[in-house]
Amino acid sequence: MKKDYSIWTLLSQGLKNHVGWQPTWRSPELKSSYDVVIIGAGGHGLATAYYLAKEHGVKNIAVLEKGFLGGGNTARNTTIVRSNYLWDESAMLYEHSLKLWEGLSEDINYNVMFSQRGVFNLGHTLQDMRDIERRVNANNLNGIDALALNAKEVKDRIPMINISKNTRFPIMGASYQPRAGVARHDAVAWGFARAASNYGVDIIENCEVTGMDIENSTMRGLQTNKGFIKTSRVGCVTAGHSSVIAKMAGIKMPIESHPLQAFVSESLKPILDTVVMSNAVHGYVSQSDKGELVIGAGIDHYTSYTQRGSPHIIEHTAAAIIELFPMFSRVRMNRQWGGIVDTTPDACPIISKTKVAGLYFNCGWGTGGFKATPGSGNVFAHTIAHDAPHPLNAAFSLDRFHTGHLIDEHGAAGVAH
Amino acid sequence: MFVINCPHCQEAREEEEFHYEGEAFIARPANPEAETDDAWGDYLFMKKNPKGWHWEMWNHATGCRKILVAKRNTANHAIAGSWTLSEARKVYDKEQYDAEQATK
Repeated sequence: MKKDYSIWTLLSQGLKNHVGWQPTWRSPELKSSYDVVIIGAGGHGLATAYYLAKEHGVKNIAVLEKGFLGGGNTARNTTIVRSNYLWDESAMLYEHSLKLWEGLSEDINYNVMFSQRGVFNLGHTLQDMRDIERRVNANNLNGIDALALNAKEVKDRIPMINISKNTRFPIMGASYQPRAGVARHDAVAWGFARAASNYGVDIIENCEVTGMDIENSTMRGLQTNKGFIKTSRVGCVTAGHSSVIAKMAGIKMPIESHPLQAFVSESLKPILDTVVMSNAVHGYVSQSDKGELVIGAGIDHYTSYTQRGSPHIIEHTAAAIIELFPMFSRVRMNRQWGGIVDTTPDACPIISKTKVAGLYFNCGWGTGGFKATPGSGNVFAHTIAHDAPHPLNAAFSLDRFHTGHLIDEHGAAGVAH
Repeated sequence: MFVINCPHCQEAREEEEFHYEGEAFIARPANPEAETDDAWGDYLFMKKNPKGWHWEMWNHATGCRKILVAKRNTANHAIAGSWTLSEARKVYDKEQYDAEQATK
């Protein structure tokens, strides 16, 4: 067990020119068998391993990662955290996650820079405003903080926003969740990796799963590029590649993988101290601690695994952001990238057992998985440890696409992440 | 960004002119009354979503507004060809048949 990070370790390292820091997580050799193997060392996978070790006492856990740790969607999202979802099932799941976020830095002894700066979801039409009223009321009934604001109240809070009537989609108001905010995406992956590693979890990078050994619909082990691993329980947390992994087990998935693009500007002085998103015009923006404007787009409509999308999507989003904030029109953009998101027909995740005993899937987070990182790992760890879903994720089974119990969150999810 | 050849217009046009219409050749159950919930769920929701060659439909939305089928590689956006629905079905069926013969 490594020493905790604290002001004292920082001070003493400061006096020693910071030469005594240890690697954040161990890099052990792959063993030939594990009790539980998690595929995918992103935020969700590492959180799952952490909670399995911490809350369920599972000792012998490996997390396999085909690339490098936290190099997939964990590194590619726009870091927005909120829980103002419409339906009870999803609101409860995301609120569970938001509550874990609020204590996360202390829990894993790693500063994830969670900043509850509030999130505005803008409405541009009468119907948007009716939907916002409905969602805010539903949130309040579920004990989630949410307010419906008119255009003037939005302007009071964000002075540079353009609420002029003389735009293509005038801003009529917004829903506002004060407890929502942003977190540092890499720190989440590194923090969970360190905390899990301290519990003895083996994190194996550059280890790609190439096949599954399944006998009589029961998990026996995984073939990887580093050899065979004997295991009876496997949790797949592979986001955009979930269909590829599911195919190895002969499981059909209702998932389509789409590119989702985002871009950041050059660093600016502090100018935007909250998060603004708009489903209607397809864009959302916040400012990072480095000063970059972090801007996200809607998904590219075609399926793809390329981690890049089409330029006209960026153009569309930039146009939307400039309409909301005309003063950003001369800001220069620094970097642009794409991630592969796993979208489902009802914009809700799948956290579920499968027809193969010992094989579990946590996927389908689509465009908004980052906010759920701790909650997703927490309930998925419960699902794997007990071979039964946690009450919070029982509704998010793969079965719902055959029973018809879909949870239609397109209103609250959609473009808004 | 890629360019798609519209078999109706006989012209190669930019992707922006087209609207993606999803996986091609998803067959509606032939005998709806007799099908199980599982079969209906599969038909409605389950997707192949392959990493590699994908048969998919596009609508030439700002052109002739007709549906076409393209075979596109989702790993690198290469396009092997595009056809009208009926022509594509023939190519697709032959490909399936050849793949079946090869595994025998």
